[in-house]
Amino acid sequence: MVIGTRSLKAALLAAALGLAGTAVYVAATPSETVIKVVAKRFDYTPNVIKLKKGVPVVLELTTKDVTMGFSAPDFAARADIIPGQVARVRLVPDKTGTFTFVCDIFCGTGHEQMDGTIVVTD
Amino acid sequence: MKGPIDRRQFLQLAGMGGIVFASGLGSSARAAGKAGGSDDFHFVQLSDTHWGFEGPPNPDAKVTLRKAVAAVNALAEPPDFIMFTGDLTHITEDPRERRKRLAEFRDIVADLRVRNVHFMPGEHDASLDQGKAFQEFFGATHYTFDHKGVHFIVVDNVSDPRALIGDEQLQWLAADLAQLPKDASIVVFTHRPLFDLYPQWDWATRDGAKAIDLLLPHANVTVFYGHIHQENHHITGHIAHHSARSLIFPLPAPASQPKRDPLPWDATQPYKGLGFRSVEALIAKADYAITEFPVQKG
Repeated sequence: MVIGTRSLKAALLAAALGLAGTAVYVAATPSETVIKVVAKRFDYTPNVIKLKKGVPVVLELTTKDVTMGFSAPDFAARADIIPGQVARVRLVPDKTGTFTFVCDIFCGTGHEQMDGTIVVTD
Repeated sequence: MKGPIDRRQFLQLAGMGGIVFASGLGSSARAAGKAGGSDDFHFVQLSDTHWGFEGPPNPDAKVTLRKAVAAVNALAEPPDFIMFTGDLTHITEDPRERRKRLAEFRDIVADLRVRNVHFMPGEHDASLDQGKAFQEFFGATHYTFDHKGVHFIVVDNVSDPRALIGDEQLQWLAADLAQLPKDASIVVFTHRPLFDLYPQWDWATRDGAKAIDLLLPHANVTVFYGHIHQENHHITGHIAHHSARSLIFPLPAPASQPKRDPLPWDATQPYKGLGFRSVEALIAKADYAITEFPVQKG
């Protein structure tokens, strides 16, 4: 079986066209909801974050032990979580559904199981 | 299948579940069954052996790597060289155990009859000590070599636990590429995908786009990588990216299930989804024909 690369290229280009919401690293305004998320090897608390579509939130991320990552690619939201510091990420949930967030800094034996979900409803 | 595997059997295997993949933008003379050029050669890619892993996803973990070594040794036409694209060993947080696993891996693959063998780390080997133990056994984590007119570049996107290539290595890559003509035949080996395959499962390199941008001005670039324990074929611009199967357990297709947990071992089809590949470099066409080989039960 020989796979042609031209049709593959077209299909892959089409699949790449979806874009997500945005996140920026700023402090919360007084009106914005702040959600504290605590990381430790190898989980997040909470590991399910429930949001409303179109309602921005600021995630305040801390770690109890080593440097961790927080990455929610569907919302282009990520941050390094450094011990002793608070990382803040503003997230605007622009679509409903269940989305994965993961640790994207290799942190040890349980790194590949360190994840959670963002649930966005209307 | 026992005994040597010749070129005709390569293609028979393709009909039995192996795949011959014509990489790049040209057509493949070899895949079409025509005679190749006299300068053509092939190499073997093995990936994600995870020596030291124990668990239900592979109850035969202690022998799988040895079976792969035997299968490579059984090829009728020995490859010109062999490339291991990372995760030679399974993660351990004990530095002594890490070195023990690296030593055991080294001793097992010493049985490969082809002596020209190249190694690079995966995050399981290198991310917890920035590649220190790996370098003690196998040397540099990023380097280049040339073979029969093809320039091979090994890019390390795992020694930094943030999945970064890093500015220093990117500068090294830029300097290396600057010495090459724009039509040079270039093959890049990495562990993680350079593009955002599925960052929801950490299947990406955070600054991989910078490496791709450096490579794009070159007309003939192909990337072979590991990490995701399955075949995946992707194009960025004119650059083809081909991931390899694992030799420990297969992982699910991107986004095919909620979590990236290993696919369960199937006792009725041991080693299903595991394997290695032969890559035939078709020099005149700057193209590559990929043949996937399973790990055999015997």
